[in-house]
Formats: sequence, C-alpha cells, structure tokens
Amino acid sequence: MKKLLILLLLISSTAFAGAAQPLAEDVALEARLKALSQELRCLVCQNSTLADSNAPLAEDLRKEIRVQLRAGKSDKEVVDYLVARYGDFVRYRPPVNNSTALLWFGPFLLLIIGSFVLYRVLKKHAGNDEIKGEDG
Amino acid sequence: MNRMAKFLIPLALFLVAVGFLAKGLFLDPHEVPSPLVGKPAPIFQAPILGEAGKTFNSADLKGQVWLLNVWASWCGACRDEHPVLMEMAKTKQIFTYGLDYKDTDQAAQAVLLAHGNPYQATVTDADGKIGIDFGVYGVPETYVIDKAGVIRFKQTGPITDEILFTKIVPLLKELQR
Amino acid sequence: MIPEIGQFSLILAFCFAIVQGVFPLIGVWKNHGPLMNLAVPAARAQFLFIAIAFVCLDYSFYANDFSVLYVASNSNSHMPLAYRLAALWGGHEGSMLLWVSMLAVWTIAVTLFVKDLPETFRIRLISVMGLVSIGFLAFVIFTSNPFERLIPAALDGRDLNPLLQDPGMVFHPPVLYMGYVGFSVAFAFAIAALLDGRLDITWARWTRPWTTVAWVFLTLGIAFGSKWAYYELGWGGWWFWDAVENASFMPWLVGTALIHSLAVTEKRDAFKVWTVLLSICAFSLSLLGTFLVRSGVLTSVHAFATDPGRGLFILIYLVVVIGGALLLFAFKAPSVGLGEKFDVVSRESMLLSNNVVLLAAAGSVLLGTMYPLLMDALGAGKISVGPPYFNAVFVAIMAPGLFLMGLGPLAKWKKASLPEIGTRLRVAAIISVVSALLVPFMMGKLTLMTAIGVFLGIWVVSTSLILLINRIKLRQSASTNLLENMQGIPPAFYGMLLAHCGIGVFILGVTLVKGYEFEQDLRMEVNDVATVGALSFKFEGAQEIQGPNYTSSQGTFKVSNAGKEITLLHPEKRFYPVQGSMMTEADIHAGVFKDLYVSLGEPLENGAWSVRIYVKPFVQWIWAGAILMALGGILALTDKRYRIANKRAAKQAQAAQEAFEA
Repeated sequence: MKKLLILLLLISSTAFAGAAQPLAEDVALEARLKALSQELRCLVCQNSTLADSNAPLAEDLRKEIRVQLRAGKSDKEVVDYLVARYGDFVRYRPPVNNSTALLWFGPFLLLIIGSFVLYRVLKKHAGNDEIKGEDG
Repeated sequence: MNRMAKFLIPLALFLVAVGFLAKGLFLDPHEVPSPLVGKPAPIFQAPILGEAGKTFNSADLKGQVWLLNVWASWCGACRDEHPVLMEMAKTKQIFTYGLDYKDTDQAAQAVLLAHGNPYQATVTDADGKIGIDFGVYGVPETYVIDKAGVIRFKQTGPITDEILFTKIVPLLKELQR
Repeated sequence: MIPEIGQFSLILAFCFAIVQGVFPLIGVWKNHGPLMNLAVPAARAQFLFIAIAFVCLDYSFYANDFSVLYVASNSNSHMPLAYRLAALWGGHEGSMLLWVSMLAVWTIAVTLFVKDLPETFRIRLISVMGLVSIGFLAFVIFTSNPFERLIPAALDGRDLNPLLQDPGMVFHPPVLYMGYVGFSVAFAFAIAALLDGRLDITWARWTRPWTTVAWVFLTLGIAFGSKWAYYELGWGGWWFWDAVENASFMPWLVGTALIHSLAVTEKRDAFKVWTVLLSICAFSLSLLGTFLVRSGVLTSVHAFATDPGRGLFILIYLVVVIGGALLLFAFKAPSVGLGEKFDVVSRESMLLSNNVVLLAAAGSVLLGTMYPLLMDALGAGKISVGPPYFNAVFVAIMAPGLFLMGLGPLAKWKKASLPEIGTRLRVAAIISVVSALLVPFMMGKLTLMTAIGVFLGIWVVSTSLILLINRIKLRQSASTNLLENMQGIPPAFYGMLLAHCGIGVFILGVTLVKGYEFEQDLRMEVNDVATVGALSFKFEGAQEIQGPNYTSSQGTFKVSNAGKEITLLHPEKRFYPVQGSMMTEADIHAGVFKDLYVSLGEPLENGAWSVRIYVKPFVQWIWAGAILMALGGILALTDKRYRIANKRAAKQAQAAQEAFEA
C-alpha cells in the first residue's frame, strides 16, 4: 500500500509539475558557445550572428565549436580556426591591426583633435576682454 | 583664397567619401574571398560515391592540377552549372572531382544519372566536415588546386561560361605547364 | 486606370517641383516678382499631385490590384487590410514614394508657417525644398516606378515579408521618414541663409523649431523601430548596429548636435559657420543613409531589392545636392561674422563641447558602417564591423559627453566658474556615486560597466533636478509661491530638462538590462515548470490556431510570482505559406521593473517544445527614455518665445530691409 502511494505520488508529480530541463547537456559550455557565437557572423545569411542563425551551416559550425570547446580549446583558438577558413569576415569584432587602426582609433583621435580645436577657437573667440556671466 | 581653404575641407572629405561609394557600387558585399587561396588545400579522406568500400585520398592527387567542385542534389544553382561541368569533362583535359556536400548518396546518384556525370569521382561529405575545412558557405563552389596541392582559385556560386573561359581555363593552362 | 492616374500625377508633381525649385530662385536673382510668386502655388500643386499618387497606390493595395507589379510583389489578398495599406512602404519603390510624400508634407508646412519671414528668404527657402524634391521624384519616376504594370496580372500577390506584418509596420516607417526627411527643412534654411547672406540670430531662431520637430519624429521613429525589433525577432534584442539602423542614428546624433549649436547661435550670434555646416551635415547624412540602404553597397537586415543603377542615380544626386551645398558653404562662410564674445568656460562652450562629443560619436558610427566598404574598395580584404566594435568605441566616446551633460546646463551663460558649478553639483555627485554602488549591489552583481552606467544615468537625472531647484530658487526673490515660480520658467527649459532626464532613463535601462538580463533555453513538456527566482513559468501545452494568412502553434504559459498567478503568455510559432517562412512571435509581460519574455523554439517529441525564457530588467526604460526625449522636444516647441520672437524678428528684418532699400 505504502509503495503504491509513493508510486502514485511519483506519477502525479511528473505529470503535473515536472521541472523544465535545460535544453543543453552542459549549460556552462552552452553559455560560452553563445557568447562566442554572438561575435561571429553567419556566412550564409550574413546579417545574423552565428548564435541566432538557423542556416544549416550555422548549425554545423555551432556543433563544431561545441566539439572544440569540449576538447578544451580556448575561445581564441576557436576564432582562429574559423578565421583560417572564412577570413576576418566572420568576426563581428574586427581585429586590431594596421589596416583597422583608423577604425579603432579614428573616433578617439577625432574627439581629441575636436576638443583641441574647440579650445583654441574658444580661446580666440573670447579674446582678452573681461566677460561677465549671466544667469538664465 | 587662403581664407576659403579651410572651408573647403568638408567638401574635400565629402568627395573622398563619394569616391569610395562609387567604387563600392561595383563591388559585391556578399562575396567573401577565401583566405585559403594561396594556401595548401586541406587533405581529406572520404568514401567515394557509388563505389562502396572505396575511399578517396586527396593526397593522391599531388603532382596533378585538379578542380574540386562542391555540389549537392538539393542545390538548385548546381543544376545551372552542370552543363558547363559536362562541357569541361568532354575536353578530357580538366580533372574535376566532386564533393557531394551534406547530401544522401541516393539523391546524389539520381542527379548524376539524370544529368550526366562530369566527375572523375565524387567524394561524399555527408556531415559537411570537409566543407567546413574548405570554408564552404554557399554551394556550388569550385576550387582550383595546383600540382603542389595549393588552392589557386576559388569560385563561389555557379561557374558560367564566362568564368570558365576568362578565369579557369587560362589559369589551368598556366598551372599545367 | 487608377495606377495610370497615379503615375501621371507623379509626373505632374515632378514638373511642379521643377517650377518650384528653379524659377523662383531665378526670380530672386533677377528681382523678378512674378517668377518669385510661383514658389508657393507650385509647392502646393506638387503636394496635391504627390498626395493623389499616394492615394492611387494605396488604392491599388486596397483593391488587391495584382496587375500592378509592386502590389503583386508586396501584398496578398489574404493579408489584413491595415497591413495591405501599410505594405505601400514595404518595398523599395513604395517607400521612396513615402519619402517624397513626407518631403511634400514638410514643404507644405513650410509654406504655411513661414509667412512672416522676409520675402526673398522665404522664396529661396521654398525653392530649395523644391530642388531637393526634383531629384527624388526623378528617382522614383525613372528608376523605381511603383505603378509599373504586370501583364498578365498575378492571380495573387507574393505577400509582404511576414516580419513586416506587424502593427509596427504601420507606424515606424512614416514616423522615421518624417524625421529623416525633416532635416531637409533645416538644410533649406541653411542654404537660403547662405544665399541670402542672412546668417544671424533670426535665422537661428527660425530654424530651431523646425529642427526640433524633425528631431522629435526621428527620435520616436528610431524608438518604434527598436521596440518592434524587440518583440518581433524573438530573442529580445533591441539594437543591432545594423547598417540601416546606423543610417538613421547618424542624422539623429548630428541633429542633436545641431539643436545644441543652434542654441549658441541664437543666444550669441556666434559659431554661425559651424551651425550652418551642421545643418547641411544632418540632412546629408539622411541622404547618405538613403544611398546606403538602396544601393546594395552594404549588407543589411533591411535589405531592399538593390540595384547598382539606382545606387548610381542617388550617388549623382548626392554629389549635386551635398556637393553643391558644401561648395556654396565654402564660398560664403569666410565672410560670416564672429558674433558676441563668451568665455572659454561658459554655457556656450559647454554646448559646443557637446557638439564635439556627438560628432566624434557620429564619426565612430560612420566609420564602423563604412569601413567594410572602405577596406573592400582598397582591396585590403573583407571585414565585418558589428556590435562588439560599436559597443566598445561608441560607448567609450559618449561616456565623457554624458558627464558633461550634467555640468553644462548649470554653467552660466557667457562666463561660468568651474568651482561654482562644482559646489552646486556636490549633492548630485554624491547621489550618483552612492547609486552606482548601491544599485548593482541590490541587483546582485557589481561590475565596472554597470557601476559606470548607473552613475551616468543617475548623474544626468539628478543634475537636471538640481538645476530645476536652482532655477526655482533664483526666482524666489520675485515671489514666494512655488507654483507661480514654476510657471514663470519657460517651457523650453522644462523641455530641456525632460529630454536630458530621458537620456538618463535610457542609460539606466540599457545598463540594467545588459547587466542583469536572465536567459534560459529549456526543453519543456506539457505541465513542466521553469523557475527563475520567485517566478515560475508553467507550460500548459501548444495548440494549432489559424490566422488570416498563416497557421500557428500557440503555446500557453502560466506565469506566477511566489505562487500567485500574474499572467498567461501566448508565444507563437507561425508559418506563412505564401513565402514559406516561419516566424517566431514572442509574448511579453511588460513591466516597469522587468519584462517577462517567452518565445517558442522548435517542437520536440511528445508535445514538448524548446522554449526560451528571458527576464529583462528595466528594458522598458529604454523606450520610456526615448519618449521622454521626444516629449522634451515637444515641450520646448510650445515655448511662446518662438512665435512672438519669430514675428518680432521678422518685422525687424523687414523694417531693416525696407530702410535699406529706401
């Protein structure tokens, strides 16, 4: 009788309120895959990340990345693996090198030069006269 | 005039930008050049389609100039280039090997039966692993591999007569010398 | 017949645009009255015929006339009426018609509201709007005709892209285009002022409200688009730094800079050259955006059917319009005066440093958007520039600007003292630093980025509040009645405060959702429960339902908090048979502090589904911030000062001119 009751309880608990299982076997690995593949471009659709794309190639690549991560490869090694096959095009984060120096540092240069020029112009514009402030 | 010079800077910058935009109109942003061109082709071993038990080893082709054509039965554009491949096969001077990418043997064989077989042999790549090593992203793709086993050219998308005669044939002539 | 009427109207509109754009300018030049007087009637006629063309095309959508190629390609008889009507702007040709329609609306508004401006200026202004219109009408008529017939007619249409079949499609494009195109008015004001030699305070005062209106539309348009992407794409992203989004964001950044530099020019008659250049730039970036989207030079999510011929057309048009404007600028700018003086540390200089930051930020967006093209054109290889780049560079550039945003409004006009501002802001600084540590602590995790984000968000809001308190105190000498004091402050001031608070709210939203978003991919059988903290999501199964032009698997999730039911969510997985595409329709329980977001993945065996559950804290603050910004802009517009000052300034200008001529 007692056994039956336990059995009943078990059945009812699975039928009414099973806890949802994570889709992935290895949640930590999957999180890493997701973070990594969000910075990679899907080559087939080209407008979505490897993480969001449903293209078969994207699925294959995610599978491949999963295998490599499980084998203990670092994120960088995985990215290098893909770059060797598809070129820098797959990286949403362009590498920092000579040809992308303008891209990465240009805006900051613009900010610095802009501030400097503004300061010079303001200085010239203000002249040497005494200026009084206004509330408003 | 000197006073005007600095006010011409915006115009100058704009014209430079226009130059790039104009150039950009004649480029295809979707075409991704392969970083493998000029590098040794990946060596692979895989079953040959329709010849049970036999495997193909790409290392065996060293010393030979050959084409690797990636295709599949589910790929519509592959049918478009099929006649061109058949023409090439007829010349008996170009050795084309097929890579049947993510496909079933049955479907692939049906295609070859219906449209003719332009390949010396077709290698099967059911799970797409070889495809990944070659950086395949849009079937059909064709690779020209030289005697040393280096990839010399890649065509993404169907081969047309134009591409065949202006790019592939001259390259093959040069490589076969 | 109707499509032919539409096409004919477009051609007539084109003719009137030529009349409006060419003859009045010649009239002003030759001082020929009758030619000048053509401007307004031609503008109205142009508007009328564009309106007729618009109605004709929408009628073809309404009547399911699939003998019109554009209708056949973008609509379907099973689509709900609202989407059929909105499908007008679902493709390239129709959205260009929307573009010219918006331009016509702006032009007609200009003819109605600028009656008090000096005559030559007014005529030139309207005429320049006509010039802008000529190019785009020609583009529609000669390269992108939406009225082209399809013979034989299609039995049914190919359907609108299911992604676009959404209420967002009804609002987002018109509002966005209204903003985009609205900068043409500021542009026309700038060109007219350069031609007229009238770069002065009055010009700045006239331009300001127009710029603000366009900016409000653009702000709302971008926010709508972002909200739409958030619920439509099924994974809760709200901004992707896609080329097309960037194309709308760049004019927004430069437009924001323009609003601030106009304030300096209006107050001090200074930096006019800079302001006029910004007016040209804001609209130029709108045009550049149009080019980028339509020419196919960049890959984008919002890809229109692209065509290099069209690209070439727009490029030539860009060279004529922008190149011409910049050339005119180079000729006229050297003779523009410097205006009143102000100190290196002052409200004016703060407003201008805001310009430097916003322009550097716009520069980073422009560079990131164009760089793949640049590399490709130079043969340096193909690269992709995506969110990781923008999130790093754009954010790093904006952060110091946001800090300045707190200081600026407290600085006195003409000459301010930094120590004094510092004293005034002590309280805000303390509040911000404490929150920057406390909020992440309360949310459960402290990282540098969240601390900086919270600091900046709270900083912007708290400095605005301190500014308000200061302002009220300043008036206390006049009256002790708080309400009276508050009423005495002009609406433009409140508008500024509100818009700034909007930025603060926006930053808080972005920071908190990025820092504390929770996401889970689950496999759920019927009656399975997923728990996230105190929240539980019970999957009650999925059922097939039939939509007007799709079939759908609709899941039911019972969401409870600590055992108490909050809501039922019904995410869907839809199949649109005409285009054969699957759509993920997430369902969202939106809240002030968090959104609960559920989307269905794929069906698994036994009625189980793969399910994605997100908890997104404070995500609604992103759009709330944008709405506050827009409200701030609207409030600023109600300022009486503009209307009265407008008339007064116009009268003065008129009198001066008459005196000069007499």
